[in-house]
Amino acid sequence: MPSNPNFDGLRVLVTGGTSGLGLALVQALTARGANVAFVARTASSVERTARTTGAHGIVGDVGRKEDIDRIALQASGMLAGVDILINNASSLGFVPLSLLADTQNEAMEKALTVNVLGPFRLTKALLGDLASSARELRGAVVVNISSDAAINAYPTWGAYGASKAALKHMTAIWAEEMAAEGVRFLSFDPGDMDTPLHALAVPDADPATLKRPETAAAELIDVIAAALPKRVRTPVEAFG
Amino acid sequence: MIAADHPRRGDGKVLVVSADGDIRHFSRARLATLFEPGDLVVANDARTLPASLTGTHLPTGAAIEVRLAGWIRMGDPRSFIAVVFGAGDHRVRTEDRLPPPPFSPGDRLVLGPLTAIVESTLGHPRLIALSFDGSAESIWAGIAQHGRPIQYAHVSEPLALSDVWTKIAARPVAFEAPSAGLSLDWRTLAAWRSHGVGFATLTHAAGISSTGDPALDERLPFDEPYSIPKATATAIARTRSRGGKIIAIGTTVVRALEAAATLDGKIHAGDGIATGRIEPDTEIKIVGAILSGVHQRGESHFELLRTFADDFSLDRAAAEFELHDYRSHEFGDSVLIERRPRLPKLLYNPDDRTIPAMAGRIITTEFRRINSRRAPAVQK
Repeated sequence: MPSNPNFDGLRVLVTGGTSGLGLALVQALTARGANVAFVARTASSVERTARTTGAHGIVGDVGRKEDIDRIALQASGMLAGVDILINNASSLGFVPLSLLADTQNEAMEKALTVNVLGPFRLTKALLGDLASSARELRGAVVVNISSDAAINAYPTWGAYGASKAALKHMTAIWAEEMAAEGVRFLSFDPGDMDTPLHALAVPDADPATLKRPETAAAELIDVIAAALPKRVRTPVEAFG
Repeated sequence: MIAADHPRRGDGKVLVVSADGDIRHFSRARLATLFEPGDLVVANDARTLPASLTGTHLPTGAAIEVRLAGWIRMGDPRSFIAVVFGAGDHRVRTEDRLPPPPFSPGDRLVLGPLTAIVESTLGHPRLIALSFDGSAESIWAGIAQHGRPIQYAHVSEPLALSDVWTKIAARPVAFEAPSAGLSLDWRTLAAWRSHGVGFATLTHAAGISSTGDPALDERLPFDEPYSIPKATATAIARTRSRGGKIIAIGTTVVRALEAAATLDGKIHAGDGIATGRIEPDTEIKIVGAILSGVHQRGESHFELLRTFADDFSLDRAAAEFELHDYRSHEFGDSVLIERRPRLPKLLYNPDDRTIPAMAGRIITTEFRRINSRRAPAVQK
């Protein structure tokens, strides 16, 4: 049963925060009192989401390695540290989806760059913030958004599926290695949602059969709340 | 000694000066084994800002380089203390940099996408307080886009942010890298943990190390704000109550901890401001050993080490740096100095601190273990 966890004062960075699941997360987390920053590529969309949610917008592309340190600097500066990182930005490669045999090399590169290398680089750049957060018992959770395509071999989803499988496995290794530092790593599969990304992948899907991103966001927030140290869920005890 | 002229990670050397002046060489990989279970390593987790901003002084059209150098309110990017140079860049030695145009309050500056106003001059032609226009968000974006790490002539290639960020870097509040922390990696932290050595962090807004101007350098370091988490204060208290040693990673940690302890000799969690210099006669209450970069005699970092070791030991350390080609400056090798005893050595219980095979030399417990590994002959 969904609860309504309080995220008062928690510092959260969401990538891909202007549409789909990312936007729903930015909205839900700000509504729960979190201090949220988000990243997206298009300045006008970032400006609009910042205005409507009150979250801090960062224009950047997690698929560009030269953007990563700049994003980390802005996020850590604006939030005065980071407790929770949600690597949500995702790429299908190229659309329409194609058989692996027909997939352009550049499409595979794009999926791996945005879905694997981007989260790897950004996590590394913010690991100091996350470990400090853990030492201060504030939280320290990294969520990498996964997919059932990471596990099942769906024809034409090769670039996306391979990248999500790599991300899921990397998440598991991060979790093993950083457990002693107190930083939790979670894979979260939100299911098939009515989002712009899904519409690109499956243009003729009936939206009525798809999960609303707001529903998935609420589910993820419950998962994060369960991973936080108990104290953080009662801010008075943790910070009072 | 060789000036380290480019960033390099992972390898490197550590010269260890023990409390009795004993000097030994280790590879940096051995950092993990230099401390005892129950000791606590404290590091500065400040992330380094790209604090060098080039631009124009609008009233004169003169080219300037603004180096952000101090917070008005820590973490609030709307206003700063800054040191300003005239035209030129880091490849010119700081001492040889051209002065900036004369500043007056109200002067406007254009620094890439940022615009700022000179709020006041601070008693020196190169030192101003400035305020940026716009929201904190747009200022962070502007600094991130346009700023470069402050760097000096001994490193000619432009530094990237990742070069000046320690692996543990968190909040961006340092103007120059808390460089002793560049020698840390996650593997070392894990090794400390499995060895029973604690690890804690504070956040200290490390300031700039040099302005090239003798009168202004006299005023360094500027007041530096710091923040000590409750978990760190607790860990320090627990370590001290159990007789463990506090090891500071870098001079900024010494400054913060000793400033925090001035009141009653205890570390209290919270925010504070470190003022003044650590001088050779400053009483050190908290820190038992310091890991520092290798610096030359006369540099402020080296002078701070005089608080920990006597001149004789430091002279011998300096000679060892020369003899063994230690790399100096922020990307170079490291030196670990244990605080010399404040009491005459005769007052220590020799039974507790000597190894018979060392023929009466007094060495501390750390080095008993290290010695026993290096020279099996002294094992009991």
